[in-house]
Amino acid sequence: MIRVVLPAHLRTLARVDREVKLDVPGPATQRSVLDALEAAYPMLRGTIRDHVTQQRRPFLRFFACEQDLSHESPDTPLPDAVAEGVEPYLIVGAMAGG
Amino acid sequence: MSRVRVLVGTRKGAFVLTSDGKRARWDVSGPHFGGWEIYHLKGSPADPNRLYASQSSSWFGQVIQRSNDGGKTWESAGNKFAYEGPTGTHLWYDGTPHPWEFARVWHLEPSPSDPDTVYAGVEDAALFRTTDGGQSWQELPGLRTHTSASLWQPGAGGMCLHTILLDPSRPGRMFVAISAAGAFRSDDAGTTWRPVNRGLQSEGIPDPTAEVGHCVHRLAMHRARPGVLFMQKHWDVMRSDDAGESWGEVSGNLPSDFGFPIDVHAHEPETIYVVPIKSDSEHYPPDGKLRVYRSRTGGHEWEALTKGLPQSHCYVNVLRDAMSIDTLDPCGVYFGTTGGQVYASADAGDSWAPIVRDLPAVVSVEVQTLP
Repeated sequence: MIRVVLPAHLRTLARVDREVKLDVPGPATQRSVLDALEAAYPMLRGTIRDHVTQQRRPFLRFFACEQDLSHESPDTPLPDAVAEGVEPYLIVGAMAGG
Repeated sequence: MSRVRVLVGTRKGAFVLTSDGKRARWDVSGPHFGGWEIYHLKGSPADPNRLYASQSSSWFGQVIQRSNDGGKTWESAGNKFAYEGPTGTHLWYDGTPHPWEFARVWHLEPSPSDPDTVYAGVEDAALFRTTDGGQSWQELPGLRTHTSASLWQPGAGGMCLHTILLDPSRPGRMFVAISAAGAFRSDDAGTTWRPVNRGLQSEGIPDPTAEVGHCVHRLAMHRARPGVLFMQKHWDVMRSDDAGESWGEVSGNLPSDFGFPIDVHAHEPETIYVVPIKSDSEHYPPDGKLRVYRSRTGGHEWEALTKGLPQSHCYVNVLRDAMSIDTLDPCGVYFGTTGGQVYASADAGDSWAPIVRDLPAVVSVEVQTLP
């Protein structure tokens, strides 16, 4: 079971609470987690990764275990703590405000 | 008695305003999709309870929402807008080639006969269509691949396709407008297109009478006379009596011929409305007076409509999709401002009152006349 924390607007869009729990088949990577997230919540397709390029949207970052994973390969295995559900995988929007 | 429903898109959500035919007392619901930019909402003429909304954000991109109950509840629809084939380039602000990149949906135009068919005008400029109620969107690539497309360039707000007019009398004929490329017409349901900009004159482009490159802000048409088009260009209010083949200026005695929206009276095809804005570098009304101007002669001669509108210290803007007209008699006229007011007139513009005063900046206003 992998835990994913979504930013507020995507929680509203997907009609979920702060944390989503996902069963991810195979090795836990950023790609497999996001694939599972989008399969469970199709309305999130295109809002985290570009529909066509599958690139992370520019105003979003991916954090876990106090690390910035945004620029890691999407196929790099996630930390064991994330794969085991001890720590969440964080999808974070850029800070807004003046 | 008839009712009206006003659909308001703002920088921070959507609002639905409803009233009976007197249009004196209003119920306000919203914000729907709070915090998101809602560039446009529009209802299906074939099923007025079927609404579509363009929801977007710099963070999360484009979302399309659909309602089957007049805006009480909503569900997400398809949001994949993928250009068909090679995207090519248009001109960037500095005149260099720049690849087409999808940014957002500016305008949704439902089919008059099929609630599941909707056209979408997007930035970077292209036309998409759904025939399954918004679940999937396909580009009509003949527009974006027109031979002139490599010369199109963005206005300051982006290279947006913001106006879609469907000719009710000639199936297959449609008009679109793009900032800053100009107006285009298709006579084969969007398969092929040609620019219809003869007579436009625009400073700020190398050839002021070029075939494309004009910053057309809005087109309007009366359903009973679809061969007559009205245009608010960046500067200049224009008119065509031959379905866009040629244009002539009708700015007449307007205090400024810069502005964004233009619309036509529901029952008088020669009565048109604009909101003059001081200039393209100021984007607020002349003299701090918010005035709608009405011409009952199809242009040239204009009268200021001021009753109920602020006539001092008013420095709001009215954006291109933020005016709409109902079909009651007398027809109602509605517009929204960047200051968050939505004004309504139940007497064809003679007098005005705010429905709401303090919404986020209004991007779009559409009205539905309901049985």
